[in-house]
Amino acid sequence: MLRAFVTLAFVIIFNFFLFRMLPGDPIGLYARGRNQDPEQLVELRRALNKPLLEQFLTYLRNPFDSTIDSTRFSRPVWEMIGERVWPTLLLLGTAILLASLIGIWVGIRAGWKPGGRFDRMSTGTTLILYSMPEFWLGMMLLIVFSVGVFGIPGMFPVGGIASPGADTSSPMGWLNVLWHLVLPCTTLVLIYLADYALVMRASLIDERKQEYLTLARAKGLRDTSVRKRHAVPNALLPTVTLIFLSLGFVVTGAITVETVFSWPGLGLLTYEALRGPDIPLLQAIFLMFSIAVIAANLLAELLYVIFDPRVRS
Amino acid sequence: MSVATARRRLALTRFANSFRHDQSGMTGVVILAIFIATAILAPILIPDAALDVTKADGGRFEGPSLSYPLGTDESGRSVLLLLAWGTRISLTVGIAATIISMVLGTAFGIAAGHFRGVGSHALVGVTDWFLVIPFLPLAIVLATVLGPSTTNLIIVIGITSWAGTARLIRAQTLSIEGRPYLERSKALGAGNWYQMSRHVLPNVFPLVLANTTLTVAIVILSETTLSFLGLGDPQAPSWGALLDRAFSSGAVSRGAWWYVLPPGICVVLVVLAFTLVGRAMERIVDPRRAS
Repeated sequence: MLRAFVTLAFVIIFNFFLFRMLPGDPIGLYARGRNQDPEQLVELRRALNKPLLEQFLTYLRNPFDSTIDSTRFSRPVWEMIGERVWPTLLLLGTAILLASLIGIWVGIRAGWKPGGRFDRMSTGTTLILYSMPEFWLGMMLLIVFSVGVFGIPGMFPVGGIASPGADTSSPMGWLNVLWHLVLPCTTLVLIYLADYALVMRASLIDERKQEYLTLARAKGLRDTSVRKRHAVPNALLPTVTLIFLSLGFVVTGAITVETVFSWPGLGLLTYEALRGPDIPLLQAIFLMFSIAVIAANLLAELLYVIFDPRVRS
Repeated sequence: MSVATARRRLALTRFANSFRHDQSGMTGVVILAIFIATAILAPILIPDAALDVTKADGGRFEGPSLSYPLGTDESGRSVLLLLAWGTRISLTVGIAATIISMVLGTAFGIAAGHFRGVGSHALVGVTDWFLVIPFLPLAIVLATVLGPSTTNLIIVIGITSWAGTARLIRAQTLSIEGRPYLERSKALGAGNWYQMSRHVLPNVFPLVLANTTLTVAIVILSETTLSFLGLGDPQAPSWGALLDRAFSSGAVSRGAWWYVLPPGICVVLVVLAFTLVGRAMERIVDPRRAS
């Protein structure tokens, strides 16, 4: 708990001072191509010429201040982030859920008979998926399934969250969103499940060496029930923790895949902020992602304590 | 000293022999050899004009043909030649960033394992911070502040990817610290630097090497991602930068698969090859971990 706060404190300090190192004139950048009152600019410049420590204290008072404006879109950054959270949650939530279900299933089948046919095939496939840039997989899926090459008809939309003008509050609108979700979600599921399957496999193989499994077999239990009731529940623990701990890796996928599919979430917002570069927006996004990852880490630790009585003492 | 040298040479021979029998490891070595040869020979085989937009003689987004085996890009250059040149840049960035990452990781890891007290806590704290903070947002922030160039890209990847190595090396250092020969050397008055460089470093070195190849794989993926986001040098056509240009020039909506498919295949092959070699080395160096 304490560690999480210390980590967060360092993120805020880092976030503040790093961007103060930027060369150039932030006010000039802000005012470029805009009809700004010169007196207001003088006022802004005065604010930036204050001692660094004073600025830092102001920032510390509220890093989530609603008056922090994006330089590119001239809107409060936290308002923009607030709008973009839901599409990202929808995409990542669906992808993580499917990837963990499929990944764990593959890991169990591969890890129960290591060296078998299924294991060799699935480990080969997961290693290849693991070596893939996720945005490249997305681009290839787009070319094949939505533009259509080699006689394959384009079945899916090329991007966005819904067709223009679709009413996303009606059941038809939901179907429309779902139809747009298929390709970006498939991309992320394929990339994430590689990671989950490898960990589930490794932890099941570890579990197979435990003595209580020999005992379970000696009692005369069938192979399926040894696997389902004894080995898998214990092997699940490290995998579930990993799913929470891998949120940093999940974020990477979200940024590039949302860009490729123009999915209007936080990832696409990051890409838009980069093109500026829109420093206040980047700063806020970095803070937001860091908080999410730190929270997920904390949650993983708490879950571990709940599910594994051994670490409680 | 000569005894130690002879022993190390013997260990190296033994390592080479075990590695030669590792099928997947050797597959990785062969793939890497092909790519490294391409990277070295690229400036000899490819005329400068092939990369020059003003001298390009192909059409826009032309499909594969005899004169352009992998088609052309948005300005009529041969994708095959761009790809070969990209090998050079991607491998250079990958290897240079890995060196930074390994030096930092080993130094932090050994120091954190060797020293006691506040200093050690601080080092572990810094390592943990880098482990927790999501890689891509941190790299984006750093790269934006430093500005887009190949050198900055190398620096950014180097300082965002050392923490995993540091944690591994620290654990290994802690187990070496308890061994009698280190105590003996301490009793004989060896200083911290001497202990770390003469006793701890040679012992963790095999692990560092095995970890290096795994790190190169991750680093090359990071390079591709950052270049795709436009954070590398726009003039240097690395594989990631090629994918960035393919994406922003609309190759996807034109169905120009020959422009998008090959850079990705190259990334997959190289990353896979480094992973295979790294895992094979890990199996030999540290059989317990790589079960």
